[in-house]
Amino acid sequence: MSEPNKNDVMTYQKVGVIGAGVMGTGVAQNLAQRGMRAVLVDVSETVLTKARETIFNSLRVAGMFRRDDAPVADPEQTVGMIEFTTDYTRLSDVEFVVENVVEKLAIKTEIYPRLDAICPPECIFAANTSAISITKLGGFTKRPDKVLGMHFMNPVPMKSMVEVIRGHHTSEETLVRGKAFLAQLGKEAVVVNDMPGFVSNRVLMLTVNEAVWLVQDQVASAADVDKIFRSCFGHKMGPLETGDLIGLDTILFSLDELYAAFGDPKFRRCPLLQKMVDAGLHGRKSGEGFYKYSV
Amino acid sequence: MTQSDARSKVRAFLEKFIRDQDFEDGDNVFALGLVNSLMAMQLVLFLEKEFGVKFTNQDLNLKNFRSVDSMVELLGVRGIIAAV
Repeated sequence: MSEPNKNDVMTYQKVGVIGAGVMGTGVAQNLAQRGMRAVLVDVSETVLTKARETIFNSLRVAGMFRRDDAPVADPEQTVGMIEFTTDYTRLSDVEFVVENVVEKLAIKTEIYPRLDAICPPECIFAANTSAISITKLGGFTKRPDKVLGMHFMNPVPMKSMVEVIRGHHTSEETLVRGKAFLAQLGKEAVVVNDMPGFVSNRVLMLTVNEAVWLVQDQVASAADVDKIFRSCFGHKMGPLETGDLIGLDTILFSLDELYAAFGDPKFRRCPLLQKMVDAGLHGRKSGEGFYKYSV
Repeated sequence: MTQSDARSKVRAFLEKFIRDQDFEDGDNVFALGLVNSLMAMQLVLFLEKEFGVKFTNQDLNLKNFRSVDSMVELLGVRGIIAAV
């Protein structure tokens, strides 16, 4: 990771993070680790309490991977950079917002006008979505030029590349400021144009879904499907391990968004995926998906 | 708790994650790519819960967790089990 450029005039001090799920938690942690204050907003106090605990433990463990000569950051102090709140009005002085709520358009539709009313007019909104149209989200605000997509990868603090999406009205200035923000987080951007699923998930969601069909059709076990991708193609993780990491519920929501957007049956959800989500087998975060995890 | 009890518990936990490959107690499971940084938190939380210990920030160094042997040694140093 590169250090933030000290000569960069655009340095962010305080950033809003909406949604304290897997992605929002990772973004808030990453901000704090890079010395930015974060306001992490969620509708649930329970979710916020869990987020604080997860971030604290991640910060403790992050120390394990430090270079020998690197100082040990105090997790208590770093987590202190994050305000955990259910109160949206705490976003009245943030300079940048990363929105990470669940991949359901109906929920995002409520959130953007609310952010628009509370946040300063120059504040940029980055939608951390994997499938929903950025142009559409921009249309829920009076600042569509200041709305862009930022598809962060999981785990956020460890992944240095972000798929950045230019909506129809996203301005060049917003892209420049967005890239500066990511540089402050130690990340780089690949900018792509807006179409549901962008590049990564248009391919990945189909791949994960098709891998679930393979298991459902008893062509191979989950472990063998993944082994083929790891051993034959050199992927670090197979599609089902990846699905477990992303969250099978998120995979399902993303597929539904893609299906609705393109009207193409190739995005149809596999019944086994639906069944697993209904059974609460959401992957790594719930303790079980295609594999078992200790939570 | 004896060293061998602790060793078995640590091994049993790692074996849940490491599905495809055998490993020795002295093997560096991180360097071999058998355990990744995502699993590190679960490993640390498991050890703390199972052995009733709270590791300090200084304890949380990869060298203390890289193998079954080094984890057992750490538990010994912390007085949880008889020192190795």
